[in-house]
Amino acid sequence: MTPDHAALQLWPAAVSANAVETDVLILAFTVLTLLLTVPVFLAITYFALRYREGSQADRQPSGIRSNLIEISWMLIPFLLTLVFFVWGARLFVLSKNPPPDAMTIEAVGRQWMWKFQHPTGQAEINDLHVPIGQPIRLRIISQDVIHALYLPAVRMQVAALPDRYTELWFKADKTGTYHLYCSEYCGTDHSVMEGKITFMNPGDYQDWLTHAGAQQGKVAAGRVLYEAYGCAGCHEPGSAVKAPGLAGLYGSEVRLADGRTVVADDAWLREKILNPNGDRLAGGGKQVMPSFAGRIPADDLGRVIDFIKAYDTAGARAGASGAGESAEATR
Amino acid sequence: MSATGSVGGTARREPHAPESTLGRKPDYLHAESTLRSWFLTTDHKRIAILYLASITGFFVIGAVAAGVVRLALIVPNGAVMTNDTYNKAFTIHGVVMVWFFLIPSIPATFGNFLIPLMIGAKDLAFPKLNLTSWYVFMGGALFTLVSVVLGGVDTGWTFYAPLSTAFSNTWVLPALIGVTIVGFSSILTGLNFVVTIHTMRAPGMTWFKLPIFVWAHYATSLIFLLATPVITTALILLIMERAFHIGVFDPAYGGDPVLFQHLFWFYSHPAVYIMVLPGMGVISEIVPAFAQKKLFGYRFVAYASIGLASVTFFVWGHHMFVNGQSDLASLVFSVLSFAVAVPSAVKVYNWTATIHKGSLRLDTPMLYAMGYIGLFVLGGLTGLYLATLAINQHIHATYFVVAHFHYIMVGGTVLAFLGGLHFWWPKFTGRMYVEAWGRVSAFLIFLGFNVTFFPQFILGYLGMPRRYATYPPEFQLLNVLSSAGATILAAGYLFPMLYLVYSLWFGRRAPANPWNAKGLEWETASPPPAHNFLEPPEVPRIPYDYPIQAQETRDQHR
Repeated sequence: MTPDHAALQLWPAAVSANAVETDVLILAFTVLTLLLTVPVFLAITYFALRYREGSQADRQPSGIRSNLIEISWMLIPFLLTLVFFVWGARLFVLSKNPPPDAMTIEAVGRQWMWKFQHPTGQAEINDLHVPIGQPIRLRIISQDVIHALYLPAVRMQVAALPDRYTELWFKADKTGTYHLYCSEYCGTDHSVMEGKITFMNPGDYQDWLTHAGAQQGKVAAGRVLYEAYGCAGCHEPGSAVKAPGLAGLYGSEVRLADGRTVVADDAWLREKILNPNGDRLAGGGKQVMPSFAGRIPADDLGRVIDFIKAYDTAGARAGASGAGESAEATR
Repeated sequence: MSATGSVGGTARREPHAPESTLGRKPDYLHAESTLRSWFLTTDHKRIAILYLASITGFFVIGAVAAGVVRLALIVPNGAVMTNDTYNKAFTIHGVVMVWFFLIPSIPATFGNFLIPLMIGAKDLAFPKLNLTSWYVFMGGALFTLVSVVLGGVDTGWTFYAPLSTAFSNTWVLPALIGVTIVGFSSILTGLNFVVTIHTMRAPGMTWFKLPIFVWAHYATSLIFLLATPVITTALILLIMERAFHIGVFDPAYGGDPVLFQHLFWFYSHPAVYIMVLPGMGVISEIVPAFAQKKLFGYRFVAYASIGLASVTFFVWGHHMFVNGQSDLASLVFSVLSFAVAVPSAVKVYNWTATIHKGSLRLDTPMLYAMGYIGLFVLGGLTGLYLATLAINQHIHATYFVVAHFHYIMVGGTVLAFLGGLHFWWPKFTGRMYVEAWGRVSAFLIFLGFNVTFFPQFILGYLGMPRRYATYPPEFQLLNVLSSAGATILAAGYLFPMLYLVYSLWFGRRAPANPWNAKGLEWETASPPPAHNFLEPPEVPRIPYDYPIQAQETRDQHR
């Protein structure tokens, strides 16, 4: 942790006009609540001192009709707060109706990661890059349990349901990188189902789409999948299961129990993940890895293999985090 | 001991000079002493004590689980325990605190003990049913604890499908079955209270002479009766789906997962008022007693109890503003949720007005009551933030929600419970606790509570989601502060347990009415005899017949 991280932050960053208005709304509401409560707190404190048993205070009934008081302190605060209902409802309705020119990004939640797909086909895992100055509509669904996509920087969240699409839209006007979370409790690694959303200038976004989005993201996405599918839980050094390490595996020669030697290439890795019981390794280790056939879609499998390919490099190692937590990631 | 306590004690020893006559008739605690006489008792007072002992045990379990949660959150990277352990800890905390402490807390203990006394009856309408409720409660609770012993549950107390039905690999079934069983105990208790209040009132005890405590329990019992069957049904469907794959909630079998949330909150929102209304009842007894003044706006407060119990059935959808509910439904639920604030505000303003021009004694129960008012107001108003649609989209499912409902549940129910426990302790046990220790505990809990939970409002607004075993490092400072507060809170909870138990043996003997309070429960001995009253109690002319009367008394009784 750097010193920056420990600094006390008291207000979250806001990157859209809607987020700024939400902040104004909550500040205004806070002023009203202070007006309604501070007098009560002061009165209780004052009465507690003024009217203590034995104090010389006037205790004659004040002669005010109580029904009038009762009705006024029921209705006046209620009507005042209703202003905030209307304000909040107006913002809410706006946030539910994306403009027709919004760019649609597909979002899929599953235990425990987010997948995003840009309209031009580029996909990302857990991280999301979006252009500013243009409405972005996220179309969201879940593959398993209920999740929720939460973007604090635009003050928005919505559930990812397994049986139907939900939507969330925003139009950012500031660049920057902020948190993106799952906010509906979804099991073991709920708190790991998070990433970063990066708001970029439209030009940078185009650039990202053609370069980083298509190329560099691959290995990082593969590392996320390597953890999400639970590979890391057994194959990372130091794990309890002590499965063979995968660093430097790609392209090396592997000795098998039947005496053959094979080269760990794309085809062999793919086969070994889908059918671990075939091609037993030499060395007499117990074969405990479950088959991933039917559990991992072809595109994800491709990314995991891309990651294993790159796994002897320092860059791939550097992304390691919380690997031990994913031990039960497979179901 | 405070000056008031001892002065009051000697001054009021005199009306109970016939203590020698009482001495011949043993009190309910000493009427019989075998174990069997406790476990097969049909005396509402003894059953209340059984409940008190049980829920104290569950409170300790829930509090330890909370301690585990706060321990884990001292560091952001989850180094203290695995994510699974963390998830099980917050699930146990929620399940035990909500179902086995908060819901039965005040009704099953104070309600059981005091309703018959307050209305001048010998017992509840169905004494055997009352004992059955306790056994059902314990049976269900132990069922759930079995799931904890076997390895725990990780679904959260909300049991959302399809996580709970198809995806969790933990001991969900026994937990669900246990909670379902406990629901029946609530229903039976509610039924017993409703019938008792309707049929067992002493001659002359008309509805508008009932203490607000009884009104609050009447309203609570209606919620028990009307809402609990819905959660029971929903939980049984959940059990069916998990055990037999009957498709109700899981889309994989053609179900609808949002349907479970609707059914769950249709009960669980009213359940908030199962927890809060009895607490309001307790505060409405304590405040007039320690101001020596009639409760301001008695009828409005009574109506507000019934009003809350009614409106609370129409706001469940505010838990689902971002969960795929229709926008129109969200708008309607939002405005109705604002309406709930009205009867709540009525109560707070009336308590404040009761203190005005009273003659105040700041003894332990009153300190708890004042702490209650402060925390409840903050909890209630932050509820309005959450009811505001645009704000909800940001702070839904963050620590803001966690802070909000702890201000209601702990600030509301637990402080009222502790205030009531100190207020009626002399009546329950016949002993006085040490007043100075009581005041220290009230301050410790108020301080510890605020240090624990106020930072969570900020964490939530900054965007920290709830139920996170790990979190971004920039939130660590506030989390450490919160955990530090939890240790103060823990000390504050432990302290009363020690000095109250101590008082059972070493406490000064309590007079019948140590607080100079009004209400029929103070007309009989402390502790009361087995059948509550040796002579039929005389029902006073008006409720809360304290020396200082508000203007409205003249309005109402002219």
